[in-house]
Amino acid sequence: MKLTLPAYVGRIAFSALAALIGAIFALPLIWFIFAPFNARAELGLAIPDPWTLSNFATVFGNSYAVQALWNSFIQATGGVILVGAAATLAAYALSRSSVPGKGAVTYTLLLFSSVVSGSAAMVPIFLIVSAMGIMDTHIAVILTFAGGLLPTAMFILRDFIDSIPKSYEESAMVAGASPVQAFFDVALPVIRPGIVVVVVWAFVNIWGSFLIPFILLRSSDNMPASVAIYSFYSEAGTPIVTLLAAYALIYSLPVVALYLFVSWKFGFRFFGGIKA
Amino acid sequence: MTTEPITSKPRRKVRNFSLLSNRAGAAFMLPAGLLVSVFVIVPFFWVIFVSFTNRTLIGRTALNPEFVGLGNYLALFDPATFFQRGQFGFSLILTTQFVLASALIGQALLGLLLAWLIQTVPPWVKRITETFVIAAWILPEVVIGFAWFAFLDRDQGTLNALLTGFGLPPGDFLLEQPFWVIVVFNTWRGAAFSMMLFNSAFSSIPPSYFQAADVAGASSWQKFRDIGLPLIRGHIVTDLILITMWTFNTFTPFLLTNGGPSYRTELVSIYNYRVAFQDFQFGKGAAVGVIMMLINLAFALVYLSLGRKKAPKS
Amino acid sequence: MSNHLRSIAFGLIGATAMAAPAFAVDLDITCRCVIGGVNSATAEWIEESVIPAFEAANPDINVTLNQFGGEDAQLTQQLALDFSTGAGPDISAFDGFLIPAFAEGGQLKSLDELIGEDYANWEGWDHISDGIRSILSYDGETYGIGLGTDVRMIHVRKDLLEQAGIADDWQPTSWTDVLDAARKLKEAGVEAPLQLNAGVAMGEATTMQGYWMALLGTGEGVTDENGKYIVESQGILDVLNLYKTIYVDEELGDQRAQLLADGRNRSFANFRDGKTAMLVEGDWFYRSVTAPGSEFEVADRDNVMSWVKMPAEEPGAGIRGQDFVSISGGTGFVINPNTDTPKEAWKFLSFMMSQEQMTAFQDYQPGIRSRSDVPIPNSPFLTETSQTLLPLTTARPNDPNYNSVSQEIQRMTEAVVSGELSPEEAMAQYKAAVTSIVGEENTVSLL
Repeated sequence: MKLTLPAYVGRIAFSALAALIGAIFALPLIWFIFAPFNARAELGLAIPDPWTLSNFATVFGNSYAVQALWNSFIQATGGVILVGAAATLAAYALSRSSVPGKGAVTYTLLLFSSVVSGSAAMVPIFLIVSAMGIMDTHIAVILTFAGGLLPTAMFILRDFIDSIPKSYEESAMVAGASPVQAFFDVALPVIRPGIVVVVVWAFVNIWGSFLIPFILLRSSDNMPASVAIYSFYSEAGTPIVTLLAAYALIYSLPVVALYLFVSWKFGFRFFGGIKA
Repeated sequence: MTTEPITSKPRRKVRNFSLLSNRAGAAFMLPAGLLVSVFVIVPFFWVIFVSFTNRTLIGRTALNPEFVGLGNYLALFDPATFFQRGQFGFSLILTTQFVLASALIGQALLGLLLAWLIQTVPPWVKRITETFVIAAWILPEVVIGFAWFAFLDRDQGTLNALLTGFGLPPGDFLLEQPFWVIVVFNTWRGAAFSMMLFNSAFSSIPPSYFQAADVAGASSWQKFRDIGLPLIRGHIVTDLILITMWTFNTFTPFLLTNGGPSYRTELVSIYNYRVAFQDFQFGKGAAVGVIMMLINLAFALVYLSLGRKKAPKS
Repeated sequence: MSNHLRSIAFGLIGATAMAAPAFAVDLDITCRCVIGGVNSATAEWIEESVIPAFEAANPDINVTLNQFGGEDAQLTQQLALDFSTGAGPDISAFDGFLIPAFAEGGQLKSLDELIGEDYANWEGWDHISDGIRSILSYDGETYGIGLGTDVRMIHVRKDLLEQAGIADDWQPTSWTDVLDAARKLKEAGVEAPLQLNAGVAMGEATTMQGYWMALLGTGEGVTDENGKYIVESQGILDVLNLYKTIYVDEELGDQRAQLLADGRNRSFANFRDGKTAMLVEGDWFYRSVTAPGSEFEVADRDNVMSWVKMPAEEPGAGIRGQDFVSISGGTGFVINPNTDTPKEAWKFLSFMMSQEQMTAFQDYQPGIRSRSDVPIPNSPFLTETSQTLLPLTTARPNDPNYNSVSQEIQRMTEAVVSGELSPEEAMAQYKAAVTSIVGEENTVSLL
């Protein structure tokens, strides 16, 4: 299609505006590109002279900090599997069955979860976990996150599934598939982009969260990176900027990698899924 | 709620024939139901119950909390102190302004603008812009908090270095404009979600609609106003419900300001944390949590009714 | 790797350490200490000296140190939850001023109740003074063993004083002296000559190093002799006016450092960088913050840094009619009231606080220790300050509400220092807040 001159100018203006906004979003993060490679970084933006990897060597020499990354991985992966599986099943059931009052359920749970994400609910959660005898274990963190994130995950996924025509599964069932087969063989592949969004969202949430692991874990061996990062503080309690920046960079890489992988492999889209 | 998909026009069929039997539906819901019951519903009712007691974390009332009726709620709404800095009312008003400025105007509008822009720009611009906007959303909050702290530092921060470079006066933002700092921060942090949601909403509109408008010579603004916006009304409601709730409950600004200076950035979530975990007054903290939920509920109802009004019925 | 696999396996089946068959007793100890980070010396001492020696003597007991890297207040939060259920460490570091609130809440048991005879017969009590023992006591019962105590003073930079023409042997005898010196220093180009902690962000450091140090100079405390909280008095007003003079009216101090989240570190940096010449702090500031090799190391410290006593408002106007004032706190270790192994926990705790181990601690970080048979090492600073200030010092009230009131004090100072409220208004707000915490019958007005 041939563009008219005004449309062409308009397109350039759009590109310039989009690029400008992108640049503004990048600004607060630039510091992280340089500080980890600087032997004596301060809060100021400075190009390392010379570039050094010594901060990373120190960080990797700290077995506690390395273990913490692994712990984050266990907790986030465990939580994501649980949230993804439970939310998909439940959202599908809410969308496709005729359970009475199903419309109100997701909204009510969403509101409940907003209370439970607050600090007041940390005490009952602590007491429940304590009564279950699973204090200071990965499973405690995984279960708690799964419970807390499920309402939102179900809310997102249900809207997604609602927008998928039922005729997909119906035709499968006409062809003799059981409802469960229809779910796994027909619905699941169609829902997958929605699940991917929920998975990334849940992973990012667990990976970055401080309060729940802080309340439920005690031994250094189980702490995730979001808590361990506070060990890069000096005797006087101030951040050791260079090490903290280096660790922060390593700690950030998995979520960035996950996003890039997912957007390359599946496309990070809500598709036409979500709407109220 | 208008959750029935537009595509399933013959509504009677939905009633008569559900794809899952009730038993299978219940089985599908069991894992989520168990988790949510234990980690959401039980704590929720615990919070409601405790909000009527004077339970504390340490001290005599940790062991023997007393029932105080509406005492905590009345104390929160005590007219003598309600509007003072560091009190509930002050915090509530601050949070409302924060939600309006950073969620509704900031995240939703910026997200909408970005989503519309990246429909038309070349792929590489789209890719780069998206990546940075989304990076702000997915990076862990400790990292983000620290990055912004360095960014805003009065003496060495990147922002002041830039301002000085452009010949502008540097600012002491965290001390002088703490409220606007957290507004900008939260907009930056959360715009990605709205952008992605609206982006997929826009891409789900059949291209033929826009091509027809192009033929008629419509400007980008006209296409946005007359085609894009009406068709994504439902998505806007979903977006507003979620980002309002997230912004209302967000705790991340604490990492930047600790709620200060002088309570000027003490959002209700931070107030709640202070009451519950620094003053150790769990009864009062629970009451704050309950009120926060009621406000979230009010927001959600308003959005849903707005979304239903004039909703395009095919 | 096998460790990782095991932790996954444990995680998956939800097993806890306790469920495993135990041939040996496992003890956990927690402190806000990280090797190479916060309170590194304590962590090194426990890890390198106490645990190896203890395990050699008791092969059937395994001790693990949990290095807690967060803030003091965060450790308090964890312990308050843990000690009410039996989760958490068997032994933990503990700040003395929290003992009453934890004891009232059932989150600590007295050693008498928990340990009994072994506690009463411990040899160490003969070497720990009643004053120091009382730091971890409440209502006549002992809840833990103190590690040491501290004193507070004004740390000064002699090089800056000299620049401002202030005599080498300067010792202020009134607040006016301190303010005059600050004015001279300001004239001589010192940006923020005086640091008296204020504000919410510094937490208990505001109450202890700032408010108390001034308030004691007016002859008052936070409570009166009957233990009632003073909510209105000339002393409170004088202190708030002092803050106003320093931070608002004459800008003799760095107002930003009182208000910003990382303000305390800024105040340390100011002292290091020669922007502050007088800073009110505990001996910890000398022992640790400005020590060689630390982040806030003061260059050429022996020649540059010194200390003076904190004067009363006027000579003789201080608490108990003193000319100079100081206040002390103390930390120690307590035992989880719900531990499965109180006997072993006590065994470890008393071993840690033995003369031998406490003396070993002096090699990691010299300080004023709780045991009289552990001498202060050859450190002129510690010897002089402890000899001069311990006789003058005061302790915080042993009261379960103190922690909450302390937070109101921090808010009151912040309101004045930010210029938001006048001293009178701030005091009125303090009165209302404290009255609602402790009840009107436990407050007193001296106006």
